[in-house]
Amino acid sequence: MKQVFARPESLKDVATHFCPGCNHGSVHRLVAETLDEFGIRSETIGIASVGCSVFLYGYFDVDVIESPHGRAPAVATGAKRARPDRIVFTYQGDGDLAAIGMSEIIHAANRGEDITVIFVNNTTYGMTGGQMAPTTLPGQKTSTSPYGRDISKDGSPFKMAELLANLDGVAFSARVALNNPKNVLNAKKLIKTAFRYQVEKKGFSFIEALASCPTNWGMNPLDANQRVTDEMIPYFPLGVYKNTANL
Amino acid sequence: MQTASLEKIFVKGNEAVAMAALEAGCRCYFGYPITPQSDIPEYLSRELPRLGGEFIQAESEIGAINMLLGASAAGVRAMTSSSGPGISLKQEGISYMAGSELPGVIVDIMRSGPGLGGIDASQADYWQATRGGGHGGYRIIVLAPASVQEMYDLTMLAFDLSDIYRMPTMVLADSVIGQMKESVTPNPRPDTVLPAKDWAVRGREAGEVQNIVKSLYLGDGEMEKFHWKMQARYQELAEKECRWEEVQTADAELIITAFGSTARIAKTAISMARDAGMKVGLLRPITLFPFPKKAYAALSGRCKLFLDIELSTGQMIDDVRLAIARDAEVSFYGRPPGAGSLPTPEELFEQIKKNYPAHV
Ligand SMILES: Cc1ncc(C[n+]2csc(CCOP(=O)(O)OP(=O)(O)O)c2C)c(N)n1
Ligand code: SF4
Ligand SMILES: [Mg+2]
Repeated sequence: MKQVFARPESLKDVATHFCPGCNHGSVHRLVAETLDEFGIRSETIGIASVGCSVFLYGYFDVDVIESPHGRAPAVATGAKRARPDRIVFTYQGDGDLAAIGMSEIIHAANRGEDITVIFVNNTTYGMTGGQMAPTTLPGQKTSTSPYGRDISKDGSPFKMAELLANLDGVAFSARVALNNPKNVLNAKKLIKTAFRYQVEKKGFSFIEALASCPTNWGMNPLDANQRVTDEMIPYFPLGVYKNTANL
Repeated sequence: MQTASLEKIFVKGNEAVAMAALEAGCRCYFGYPITPQSDIPEYLSRELPRLGGEFIQAESEIGAINMLLGASAAGVRAMTSSSGPGISLKQEGISYMAGSELPGVIVDIMRSGPGLGGIDASQADYWQATRGGGHGGYRIIVLAPASVQEMYDLTMLAFDLSDIYRMPTMVLADSVIGQMKESVTPNPRPDTVLPAKDWAVRGREAGEVQNIVKSLYLGDGEMEKFHWKMQARYQELAEKECRWEEVQTADAELIITAFGSTARIAKTAISMARDAGMKVGLLRPITLFPFPKKAYAALSGRCKLFLDIELSTGQMIDDVRLAIARDAEVSFYGRPPGAGSLPTPEELFEQIKKNYPAHV
């Protein structure tokens, strides 16, 4: 019998701790498939950030550095400069990258570090129990925005893929989603493009993945998926915002 | 002043901190999510807007502590809270606040470390809190609650002490005290006579004194003068503000010393020891800075054997050693913080038996 579907080699054969319907698992898989397809698993260094994806090292069969909250792009910079022949990627949540880590991501991007950043935007602080994130949508209720995000006081959600595309140092920036098969296939294609930039030493690449967090949204997985479609994608349009080398 | 009802309420330690802050007149809170303290920003994000106050979830703990610096410099009561990793980030701001003689309340609900560590209870930030965790050489006032009631009362006290002594003041608790629920009497704000904040920035009319909140001292002798002034203030604190609790120390042959949650566990172990006919007492510092040295000196004049218990590999013991009489001895029992390392009363009872003087 022909095998048509298998676990990517870059992922370990273990169960994850992610909640049912969480998109972190899907993003893990797409990144792992990409590492397999480029044959770069053994030369890849992952940088885990602080959030629900901190346990990256438990799932990816690659060497991993666990960085302080928000500092993954700086840690990745150090690792990549020390070992320029390795593939270095960070994997960060929206609280990690767009709140506490805003300075590190902007500066790493602006320096045009030859790294790949996977940014998982679920509009909340998943790991700490659903507080407001920099990407929380206007009016969205969270445990620290109990009356809904008030943009007159809390500001508007950051659109990171667009924001980073404005920097000269950024070579590739795109936003993807995982809410239907078509978007998953497209996400796979663009994640692969992001890594291709690094493989071909063409500069800083950035992927923003819109993701569900059913647990902290207080929804079942299907409704959470629907929210990605109905509320997130209209606010955070999918697409390629920068592709300097036309890869 | 808000009118607090004196009916008992049943709340979490972290909620008690938030309630006390509101009763103390705190109307500005700046925070950032981190377990095990997120109940504090969550509570205040709900309640502060109702009172016309300001709640900001900052972009980071660095943002939050500097918002606290700004609000305190503007003369209002303000607070921030966090846990280990976030408190480390706040240290730069705390140093600036200390250097600028600013009040401000900082709550640390300790979790284990170093680094990302874990979310279980810890007492391993004792040094960081009591030695002035940032650069330059300074102290802050540190209060260590051991119950939910004390979370409430000491938060209230923190605002007063902070205003009186113009020093950043820390409430140093841990995830056990922060997360447990107990009944609390929500005491009303005391009518403490507070010094006027005539140093605060407010904008000024022509001819009025210019208020500058700063920590830069370049002139010959200026920095030294600042340090001596602060030393005198620390001395005054030591004389007037030491607080501690003693349990059954009068006839004790062995005195346990511990703060916060380990003191709670020790109390149970002490009653087990008393039941077994052993004369064991407890000395629990409530102010960690100023450290109640006189209480140790007095007790160690009679009882020569101390057992220091901490949820760390030993930090407060440094202060105990310096405070007890020269001919007294202190032994140590501690466990590094982390999942599963909170000692049980039975475990501490074993330590009491091991350390209890042979001659009695
Ligand atoms: C300095 C510091 N502050 C706060 C925290 C607590 N913390 C742990 S995870 C997290 C946020 C995670 O949210 P996000 O980055 O959006 O990731 P998600 O869990 O949603 O994937 C925070 C604030 C920490 N570990 N360190
Ligand atoms: S809390 Fe949210 S982000 Fe974290 S694992 Fe669960 S669904 Fe995923
Ligand atoms: Mg998130």
